Amino acid sequence: MMNIVTTLQKDRFTPRYYVAALTDSMSLQKAQVYEQSLVRVEADKEETLENAQFMQIYRSREVGQSYITSIATTLLATLHAMWLIIRIRPQVIFCNGPGTCIPLCASAFLLKVVGLGWSSIFYIESIARVKKLSLSGLLLYKLRIVDQFIVQWPQLQQKYPRAHYAGRLM
Amino acid sequence: MGDRGRRMVFVTVGTTCFDALVKAVDSEAMKEALLQKGYTDLVIQMGRGTYMPSKVSGSSTLQVDYFTFSPSIADYIREASLVISHAGSGSIFETLRLSKPLIVVVNEDLMDNHQSELAEELAERKHLFCARPQTLREAVEAMDLTALQPYEPGDAKPVVTLINKFLGFPVG
Repeated sequence: MMNIVTTLQKDRFTPRYYVAALTDSMSLQKAQVYEQSLVRVEADKEETLENAQFMQIYRSREVGQSYITSIATTLLATLHAMWLIIRIRPQVIFCNGPGTCIPLCASAFLLKVVGLGWSSIFYIESIARVKKLSLSGLLLYKLRIVDQFIVQWPQLQQKYPRAHYAGRLM
Repeated sequence: MGDRGRRMVFVTVGTTCFDALVKAVDSEAMKEALLQKGYTDLVIQMGRGTYMPSKVSGSSTLQVDYFTFSPSIADYIREASLVISHAGSGSIFETLRLSKPLIVVVNEDLMDNHQSELAEELAERKHLFCARPQTLREAVEAMDLTALQPYEPGDAKPVVTLINKFLGFPVG
């Protein structure tokens, strides 16, 4: 994900909101380090810091959690995601696969359906997926929730013709 | 580490628990195979595993060391002459970027074992060797480092161009 963010034209994609799972502090830390490095380059501290925000979201289900309690946590995660999407009103969403992106994409999609917002949703499948999509990827592909579905291996694109392949990111 | 003439093998399981791999490299036969190949040191990053490898190795002269986690995994990879890694994409690409010979060992105990896909694809392209814990020793004995092809790192620009095109931004 950070490979894409660092390559994107920052003046076009501003402000940036980074969302990661509550149990995943590594990803946000990476994003924070990157945004800090932009501040130094531009020497315009206040403005750039305003351009980036970092937030965490509840996970639908932790590894090993029971199915009964995961109904409640999924509901909580979905409401939280909906609230974030309504608050941020993103025009572009990039996501790269963990289950946390499903409620976010679904919320953004729902807002589009009812005409309350418009966002372009890009999904980038993990490079670890060579022959089969991940469960999140498969769901978003089949339900046609995302606008552009990007995979990192040509054989995966052949299997899922609506997907795009434009080389590897790593 | 870093001494001239020392050739270190670095084993890494990342943040996972992969005792089968630690056990496999801890065996006498494995250490013998590594010595035969000219390696002098074995450093094991054992992650959340509970199996403790033995630091003293019977008859062999291979220097063995281990630890659970380190913030400077990249330094160990840089120092290594051979990396034996779990199939996590982070470890795989970090090692390939540093152009180190790599044997990826697939953890067969994982329920959703999609990770073998990546290792097998990259092995087919001759960027690394792929093994299972029980075939690791044969893989070490049989490996021919000259058969490996350098890995060309990926590039985000074509993907970003695609994104810009879709959003209607001028590309160029």
